[in-house]
Amino acid sequence: MKGETPLGMWWMAFFRTFLLRMITTAITLFGVAVIVFFVIRVVPGNPIAMMLPPGATAEDIARLTALYGLDKTIPQQFLIWGAGVVQGDFGTSITLRQPVLALVLGRLPATLELSVLSLLIAVLAGGAAALTGTRLRGTRVEGGIDIANGMALSVPDFLWGLVLILTFGVLLPVFQISGRVTPSLQLPFATNFYLVESVLRLRFDLTVDLLSHMVLPALALAIPLAAIIGQLLKQSLKETMHLDYVTLARTRGYSEAQVIWREALPNAILPTLTLVGVQFTFLIGGTVIIERLFSYEGLGNMAIDAVINRDLPLIQGIVILFAVIFTGVNLVVDLTYAALNPRLRHG
Amino acid sequence: MSYLTIRNLCVGLKDGTPLLRNVSLEVAAGEVRGLVGESGAGKSMIGKAILGILPKAAKITSGQIVLDGTDLLALPPAQRRVKVGATCALIPQDPLTALNPSRRIGPQMTDRLVDILGWTRAAADTRALTLLQEVQITDPARVLRQYPHELSGGMRQRILIASAFAAEPKLIIADEPTTALDVTVQKQILKLIAGLQARHGTALLFITHDLGVVSKVCQSLSVLYSGKVVEDADVKTFFRTPKHPYSAALLAATPRYTDPSAGLHPVPEAVIAAVRAEEEHG
Amino acid sequence: MADAGQKRAGLRLWLSALWLLLLVLTAIFAPVLAPKNPLEQDLMSGRLPPFWVAGADPGFLLGTDSLGRDVLSRIIFGSRIALSVALIAGASTCVIGASLGLVAGFYRGWVDIIVSRLIDIWMAFPPVLFSILLIAVIGPGLVSIILAIVVIDWTRFARVIRAEAMAQGAMDYVASARVAGRGRFGTMLREILPNVLPIIVVLLTLEMGIAVIVEAILSFVNLSISTDDPTWGGMISEGRQSIHQAWWVLVFPLITLFLTVLSFSQLGEGLKDRFDPVLR
Repeated sequence: MKGETPLGMWWMAFFRTFLLRMITTAITLFGVAVIVFFVIRVVPGNPIAMMLPPGATAEDIARLTALYGLDKTIPQQFLIWGAGVVQGDFGTSITLRQPVLALVLGRLPATLELSVLSLLIAVLAGGAAALTGTRLRGTRVEGGIDIANGMALSVPDFLWGLVLILTFGVLLPVFQISGRVTPSLQLPFATNFYLVESVLRLRFDLTVDLLSHMVLPALALAIPLAAIIGQLLKQSLKETMHLDYVTLARTRGYSEAQVIWREALPNAILPTLTLVGVQFTFLIGGTVIIERLFSYEGLGNMAIDAVINRDLPLIQGIVILFAVIFTGVNLVVDLTYAALNPRLRHG
Repeated sequence: MSYLTIRNLCVGLKDGTPLLRNVSLEVAAGEVRGLVGESGAGKSMIGKAILGILPKAAKITSGQIVLDGTDLLALPPAQRRVKVGATCALIPQDPLTALNPSRRIGPQMTDRLVDILGWTRAAADTRALTLLQEVQITDPARVLRQYPHELSGGMRQRILIASAFAAEPKLIIADEPTTALDVTVQKQILKLIAGLQARHGTALLFITHDLGVVSKVCQSLSVLYSGKVVEDADVKTFFRTPKHPYSAALLAATPRYTDPSAGLHPVPEAVIAAVRAEEEHG
Repeated sequence: MADAGQKRAGLRLWLSALWLLLLVLTAIFAPVLAPKNPLEQDLMSGRLPPFWVAGADPGFLLGTDSLGRDVLSRIIFGSRIALSVALIAGASTCVIGASLGLVAGFYRGWVDIIVSRLIDIWMAFPPVLFSILLIAVIGPGLVSIILAIVVIDWTRFARVIRAEAMAQGAMDYVASARVAGRGRFGTMLREILPNVLPIIVVLLTLEMGIAVIVEAILSFVNLSISTDDPTWGGMISEGRQSIHQAWWVLVFPLITLFLTVLSFSQLGEGLKDRFDPVLR
């Protein structure tokens, strides 16, 4: 076709895919909102009544119920809430009496820092396991790595968290098993990204304290993911190592380790990427119980309290935020894959 | 002056099955020697043994591989690797899998010159450009920036040939370099290899099952059957009077374009039996 | 080396099966095996350590919790809840998820679009939060737990079975069956289902392990059956509170839970290895 440059065609295709993804994401988020909205309103019992002290009059209850809009029909409530969301208003928390959006964004940094730290640990540990297993193919070390991987995979983050609490919290009390930071410390932070800020402000004493609180929960989350990465990458490397260009590199004088690192690894990573992305969303989902286990003041911990207390607006806000994060991660993974794959880049 | 001397090389699988039996051959400096045989005869194994890239399941049980006066098998692995990397090169069989799909052509050609042989990046880049021109690639500067999947099989094979000559090796092992190519492209590639070899004066061990190719490109040849060298001769003599019955049968089996109605003549059972009997008696 | 690997795999399979069998027997014969009544409180004997530690009472082999209840007996009876949840929830999730996946993957078209959208939406929920939410809404109880597990994990089966059904549906033997006159539903049941069965069995084993964990997590958050009935998760929750004073209340149910989940998982992996050469 005259006039259509390859670059132009690539942009058209990219834009079309992007638009399609945006539409499906919007549908997904809408679906999530609908489900959570209706599910929590099926609850028997009035959350308002649960909150007020005994002796509250029927008028008090009625007044507060009207205040939170709970006296309207469910579809009506959904429309009102939806209208607010579009303008950035997610309602007010019933238990904490503050705007939901502010509360949720306030706790988000803690969970993000924990998740990213876990991801880092998982990638480094899993990568090291895969590379070592490949370099030492056929030895007992490789066998040992396989066994360790298998076990780490079979046991969920919840159990690892408990094991870690026992080992490093009680047996060898090296790390902290409760909270995000030592309560008595004065924190000079402007945002809630404590860890990041502590490094940027060069307050490494605070960094150490934060890390000693974060290490165990991060490890608990990381162990299953590290095992998955280790297994997948090792399998991928194994297949890549048989290819001709790897053999050719050996004839040129490169050592085995160099060959694995330079030739095999860049090609083995790509297939592993998409699956790791999905698993990362599972990791983020795991923060709910891990934060509870370690009394870590993040989004997940707040979520559990919100559910127990029937704080409808807060529950909605948190669930939507999680859904946004999950779909966001998936999008980033897909874009990264497209960017890294030379075949897709140049059509 | 022999550049490569293989003496009584024995290679077998870890469970004992022999793959190469007492293989001996020589390649003189600047000589083109063919290595012929049917599939499974072990030709590729010899090339891999020299270069140190035998599959994990196989190992060298005895023999010597003397390269430029040094027995490779007596060297510690790291030293051997360096010596092979500096003096030998491989032209692989399948151009579609021999290039790293996620790196550009340029770095793939020049990295080893810089990393292992200590060239400067500028010198390596110039070298890559010159070589691509030698293998008749138009617009070599552009090709250096491209990825393998953007190029055809024929072009990729030219790049691989160019890469093989990059470090000015003394010995090149060509492992069936034209087998995976279109017939129309084969002839060009053969001419290219022959031309480069003549210009650079590199010794070439040409592994192939195609006697026609051998007659065009090689000066001498070794015939391999079932892991043993059954004949060793210069090309002219071989095609006129092959000494070993298997070689004769091989020649007879080559389809001739001049007489298509003549039918195909596979190697007769009797010959194979005779070769086997020969082995039993040493 | 391959041989050693195979021997290892066989050992794993048998050890896992052994533990699970032990568990089943424990659950069935719990009243006979348990030395004490799991619900019986004895405040005078609160927080007694296991029998090899000084200050223990040999009547309480693994010690007692803060209310003086025997840890060993509670663990034994806890196996009943764990296993019933594993079996019933596992089977239910399997049936529902696999059916949806099978239909979506084989019939394609509208059914597939709807099911796929549903799966996408479901995958956007953090599973633990979703289950906690459901329990909070429906209220505690065995049925609620099972319902919660089915609701949050049906996608595990649906996704895999859908992919398998799609792959199988494209194969020649299906076309031959259709040509031979079989209807679509019949083809799905009689041709595709048997070939998909091995994967379903493997996933079922894994799902049972997941069901046990979900129940434990829900008990941990005090949203499970009830606070009195002995559940491993409930014991772990209590143990976490008194971890410095009575570590045994946490350790022993944790070990049991750990071994159980590990066994289900290894059993599933072992089955997968057994079936693999047959599948492909």
